[in-house]
Amino acid sequence: MSEAKTKNTKNNEELENTVPDLGEDYDYGFSDDVQPIYSTGRGLTEATVREISAEKDEPEWMLNYRLRAYRTYQKMPMPDFGPDLSDLDLDHMLYYQKATDRQYRDWEDVPDTIKNTFDRLGVPEAERKYLAGSSAQYESEVVYHNMREEFEKLGIVFMSTDQALKEYPEIVKKYFGTLVHMNDNKFAALNSAVWSGGTFIYVPKGVKTDIPIQSYFRINAENSGQFERTLIIVDKDASVNYVEGCTAPNYSSDSLHAAVVEVFVEDDAYCRYTTIQNWSKNVYSLETKRAQAMKNATMEWVDGNLGSKTTMKYPSVYLDGEGARGTMLSIAVAGEGVIQDNGARMIHAAPNTSSSIVSKSISKDGGAVNYRGTVRFDRDSDGSFAHVECDTILMDERSTSDTVPFNEILNGNVAMEHEAKVSKISEEQLYYLMSRGIPEAKATEMIIMGFVEPFTKELPMEYAVELNRLIAYEMEGSVG
Amino acid sequence: MANLTIKNLHVRVDDESEHKEILKGVNLSMNTNEVHAIMGPNGTGKSTLSETIMGNPRYTITEGDIILNGESLLGKPVDERARAGLFLGMQYPAEIMGVTNAEFMRSAINARRPEDDPISVRTFIKELDKNLELLDMNEKMAERYLNQGFSGGEKKRNEILQLLMIKPTFAILDEIDSGLDIDAMKVVAKGVNSMRGADFGALIITHYERLLDYITPDVVHVMMGGKVVKSGDASLATKLEEEGYAGLRDELGLDVKLTDED
Repeated sequence: MSEAKTKNTKNNEELENTVPDLGEDYDYGFSDDVQPIYSTGRGLTEATVREISAEKDEPEWMLNYRLRAYRTYQKMPMPDFGPDLSDLDLDHMLYYQKATDRQYRDWEDVPDTIKNTFDRLGVPEAERKYLAGSSAQYESEVVYHNMREEFEKLGIVFMSTDQALKEYPEIVKKYFGTLVHMNDNKFAALNSAVWSGGTFIYVPKGVKTDIPIQSYFRINAENSGQFERTLIIVDKDASVNYVEGCTAPNYSSDSLHAAVVEVFVEDDAYCRYTTIQNWSKNVYSLETKRAQAMKNATMEWVDGNLGSKTTMKYPSVYLDGEGARGTMLSIAVAGEGVIQDNGARMIHAAPNTSSSIVSKSISKDGGAVNYRGTVRFDRDSDGSFAHVECDTILMDERSTSDTVPFNEILNGNVAMEHEAKVSKISEEQLYYLMSRGIPEAKATEMIIMGFVEPFTKELPMEYAVELNRLIAYEMEGSVG
Repeated sequence: MANLTIKNLHVRVDDESEHKEILKGVNLSMNTNEVHAIMGPNGTGKSTLSETIMGNPRYTITEGDIILNGESLLGKPVDERARAGLFLGMQYPAEIMGVTNAEFMRSAINARRPEDDPISVRTFIKELDKNLELLDMNEKMAERYLNQGFSGGEKKRNEILQLLMIKPTFAILDEIDSGLDIDAMKVVAKGVNSMRGADFGALIITHYERLLDYITPDVVHVMMGGKVVKSGDASLATKLEEEGYAGLRDELGLDVKLTDED
């Protein structure tokens, strides 16, 4: 253990005893010798919430908001649908810790151990080109954050949400928690009480940029809950493309990721939010992601989920302005012991709105992939249209898939399509590829890559490469 | 010189649609530097023979052997047979979404090379461009998804393109001429002829004599009722064209029903 400075020695020792038991079977399951400098210890009480807020030197209203959320969290029941969460030990989590006590703007200043982690994760491949404009989350806190000149010149604000609360308190106060209310679900309440880090982006009116804004996340301590809070506001006629990727090391006990994301897309604006997550097989990823699209605005979710123990994630778009568009394109891969319970929610609340959900999933070695989605046409949704498409490949007999679509239609003048398909790897395709000398494992991988290609082609190139690598890794050994 | 020998091959198919013995003792031997043609009426087992040689798991060998250079191929999976030197140009190649033609061919070539020595992109592209030109194919074909939305003719050309890229020892071409107009057939023939030489042999399965006007075979075999009933030189094809399969059957005194007579 390094002699890292710490404000909480007792807790630090406790951490030492529980440190890294490196996952042998998980490529990204390594851990670096980064000692968190500050932590609130295990478990959650009102005092913890106050401590987090004080440590961050927050305004009164945020402390009060956190406290209300904490009480809401205590009262709310666990979700009454979806996967079993009874193994999730919420009393034994670390709710807050900080890896470094200042923000890094310059890559050179980032500590070597953290750099090594990013190197081994392949982050530089995805980030080097854009490094100047990236922020990466490491242990509940933004470690480096270097705003690209172009973003600044354009007036785009890109920082951690903590920072934004200090620098742009009015904007944060105006939007924070208005789309995802603290009482939306138990984990939204939990996040509202203990949130830390996450990305804040504000794109001013008329500002458009094609350069993706990227951020990389990583949990790196056993039992550390990660509760980012992301807030994106795309003002009228502006456009933004935000990309985040996550991987986590493989520790011995369960870890929780409960993020809240709120995205506001104003009139004629465009937002694409791309996520690739590759949690290690002990992480519960229980997220609440919601966007609002106003008149003629477009919101696109692109969401890739590999790994985790259990993922529950149903990004939604509230189509609140006439002519608004919402899309969800997702890929989920579930291996042994993994439950991917994902979907989307499209709420058509204005005339002539349209939505599209394309969900692709792969289940293997007894994994479970479920699609759970909602499409709602409110009374005022004349002329609206929704398309839902679910495609699943089951790699073997033990793996499962469920499609749970929920449609609520309160207007007669709307149209909706739904297609669902579950298949196996086609024998005919496999035979054809193998007849050219390609071994079965490689042939299977090619077919799978082809299956997810409609998804990967939407990603920035570096991420497509990384996702392909991750999926190839997941598929290894899946052919007998 | 390489050799491919089929010995007393009996093959059954047992699946939802069919339960029967299709090949009833096929014998055939060919070397590199030779082109053999197999002709025969519909439903006589020509495609079964080619798929069985390649190792399609749908077909079960009940008797006999397939021997490549003295070594039996029985029990070997299709990819091993391919790497051992066999290639099957298929009648109905599969369509694969999301996998480009170029990516597919590169993987096929690399499957034959040591893992740490893949073909260089440059060499691959040079070779690909040369063969696309030879087959009068658009460059864009390389970047399209494998057989996805290809016309019948495009699929056939694409099979020949793979043949030229992979350079197998023995190619079995299963009705590569079906559905082709005369110009397309000439292009396909040009491709196959460009492969002819000491290191290559082809077994061309066809229903009509027409293709053999462009690829002159060294040996012609006629299959009927699951067996090779007659072999000869190129003139046998011409004779068949004139007299028909029924004529040959009657001449040989065979008790075989031709499906076309139904």
